[in-house]
Amino acid sequence: MCLAIPGQIIEILQERDNLALVDIVGVRRKIDVGLLSEEPAKPGDWVLIHVGFAMSRISEEDAREQMRLLKMMGEHAAAMEEITGYGLDDSVARGGP
Amino acid sequence: MTPVLSKIRFRDAQIEMAHGAGGKASRRLVEGLFAPILFEGSQDPLGDAAFVDVDGSSIAITTDSFVVKPITFPGGSIGELAVNGTVNDLAVAGAQATALVVTFVLEAGLPTELLEAEIRAMASAAHRAGVVIAGGDTKVVEHGKGDQIYISSCGVGHRISGITISPKTVRPGDRVILSGPIGDHGITILLARGELDLEADLRSDTRSVLPLVQAMARAAAPGIRWMRDPTRGGVATSLNELVRDCGLGAVICEDKLPIHDAVRGACELLGLDSLHIANEGQFLAVVAQEYAETALDALHRTDGGEEAAIIGEIREQPAGTVLVSTLYGSKRIVDMLVGDPLPRIC
Amino acid sequence: MKYVDEFRDPELIVGASREIRRLADPGRHYRFMEVCGGHTHAIYRFGLKDLLPENVELIHGPGCPVCVLPMGRIDDGLFMAAQPDVIFAAFGDMMRVPGATGSPLEHKARGRDIRIVYSPADALKLARANPDRHVMFFAIGFETTAPSTALTLLRVRAEGIRNFSVFSNHVTIIPAIRAILDSPDMRLDAFIGPGHVSTVIGCRPYEWIARNERKPIVVSGFEPLDILQSIVMILRQMKDGRAEVENQYARVVPWEGNRAALKAIGEVFELRPYFEWRGLGFISQSALRIRDSFAAWDAEKHFLTPGVRVTDPKASQCGEVLKGVLKPADCKLFGNECTPEHPIGALMVSSEGSCAAYFNYEHRKSELVTVSV
Repeated sequence: MCLAIPGQIIEILQERDNLALVDIVGVRRKIDVGLLSEEPAKPGDWVLIHVGFAMSRISEEDAREQMRLLKMMGEHAAAMEEITGYGLDDSVARGGP
Repeated sequence: MTPVLSKIRFRDAQIEMAHGAGGKASRRLVEGLFAPILFEGSQDPLGDAAFVDVDGSSIAITTDSFVVKPITFPGGSIGELAVNGTVNDLAVAGAQATALVVTFVLEAGLPTELLEAEIRAMASAAHRAGVVIAGGDTKVVEHGKGDQIYISSCGVGHRISGITISPKTVRPGDRVILSGPIGDHGITILLARGELDLEADLRSDTRSVLPLVQAMARAAAPGIRWMRDPTRGGVATSLNELVRDCGLGAVICEDKLPIHDAVRGACELLGLDSLHIANEGQFLAVVAQEYAETALDALHRTDGGEEAAIIGEIREQPAGTVLVSTLYGSKRIVDMLVGDPLPRIC
Repeated sequence: MKYVDEFRDPELIVGASREIRRLADPGRHYRFMEVCGGHTHAIYRFGLKDLLPENVELIHGPGCPVCVLPMGRIDDGLFMAAQPDVIFAAFGDMMRVPGATGSPLEHKARGRDIRIVYSPADALKLARANPDRHVMFFAIGFETTAPSTALTLLRVRAEGIRNFSVFSNHVTIIPAIRAILDSPDMRLDAFIGPGHVSTVIGCRPYEWIARNERKPIVVSGFEPLDILQSIVMILRQMKDGRAEVENQYARVVPWEGNRAALKAIGEVFELRPYFEWRGLGFISQSALRIRDSFAAWDAEKHFLTPGVRVTDPKASQCGEVLKGVLKPADCKLFGNECTPEHPIGALMVSSEGSCAAYFNYEHRKSELVTVSV
């Protein structure tokens, strides 16, 4: 369930009503940030938006870490394929990173 | 001459909005009810315009009607759509529009100011498109029985020399060319309705595509097999109509589709497929491989054609199917639109 | 970072696909269930099945809040729409779902005031703009969407708005997963966990799946790389003989969930003793109803709905497809009487429903002779 997409907060509109203006790939919409009350949202923050409400903050650090792991996975897989060609795959697979 | 009743294949008990959305239901209505009765005896696949013989000359003729809410929007208004839409239907049939006649169905209570603005917009658009508005008709309906203005326009024109197009001439290996970014018109209208509270720097792409078609014809006429303007139902619907009519298949490369960021963003946010969104200033062309680069080049060098792209090609298989392929090698089928595109949250 | 295109990077996707092939034991047949309808849609939209080896099978779960609603609930909603001065507001997803007397769109064609909204906040705006009408918001969704409905009702109460009510059809995900695992026909190896529900409930609620059922569950994002990476993580767990809850979607999902969201749900909603799910039957404590303190805005109290139970047409097999027991193409009605143009069941209408996804993106591919790229 759940079409939710990342957007960046441009401006906090009405603190009392929890509204913020968000940019989503060039489209702008007013979003309710009331669910982020534990750590109030500020301009520049990236948030996940679902049905006009911000559900969660997006952590750039976690995203970068994930990209790093994905790149490693890709390189690892490519390296393993090469090794498979040499018939060494079994022993290396057990000891892999 | 009595209609052959056995050919009527339209079984729906009532007309729904879907029948006007330009997708599957629309096609069923036209093919299943209108065609067997009105176009009896005709073997040709239904195109954007028809060529009829008048005193030994082949004249192109087409008609289209315009129902849009709101009637004005960023980039245009219903009046411009009415002119450009009909000019474009003729252009993609390989004809240059000479004259239009227009019909207005006006709702009582419509401010004259609004009507005047539309008429001026039409005069402007006709002038830009190089076409004459030769006449028209007006009817007024009771308040509440019509959305302010409905316009219908009928256009006639003559063949652009060198172009003979038919889905029957399409061959595997032919390239699919798109004149520019998709979805601008449909998303602009959606946002202009104001129900979704979205803002973006978008304008309808309504314009006459005739200059682009003529430029392409001058450079590559012998190679042009088929053209269509992807209005309601979008690129997906037009290409599905093509593959049905020619019995071949089409593969579109997702990364080659020109699309503005804001259209992409709105589609992602609302869960819409940009291939199903209406365009009012674009056309699709299937061009033989050996002419494709020349055709594309001609578009690039013409005002308004800078973003044209080769988006895919015709294949023998899968027949009757339009596939979209991703950069990483996977494929999905894209079908004709069913009903109006609806935003989704799931 | 823009957080979308990076997770669609073709090179990385090919890399992840290779890693899956490398990890999957050719002697085994893997069955992973993606619970969430959003994942089903993403898998088809991005053509991810083309990137998996033959022996990794993805089973579609019941996480489509539209698909699991029994027809009678739609009829109840349309009964409300037929009352004087009512504006029926719902998400686009609901519009083509057939009830016994037609879908909301069909009722709109017959003259009912039925509007599509993107947010419950938009439904509230309609109420403010139309003080002489009553806006009834047909609320659907799992725990992802319930907090937004809750915040809206809190606002309605604070502002003293009277011409607004909510018909709550919110359901909860854990009982659905439990029902799948309890089903004797099911044989699953692991779960791809619902990413957006988890932004609200966190990852703890899945711990019993790993601990008691000994099945890995990886909470996953919705981009192609997210789903592929989750499959890699599951295969690694299985290779190591582990069964754990892992959070692949860490950039968005907090392990502890969203406290403010859970608080809002708790203030406005309570669990129904039981609720009927299409295909899964009656499940206890699986749906949300509005608390008495918000009774003034509870559509079920405001309108006296007949509440008739409407069973699915006999020949349709929506239930088995929802449980993952049958593939869409195995249902006798698939592609014949039941197509997206004239759907019999919600799975063919809802863009998340496996039948619609399969029909729109996939099924003719099996008729293809060869497709050379």
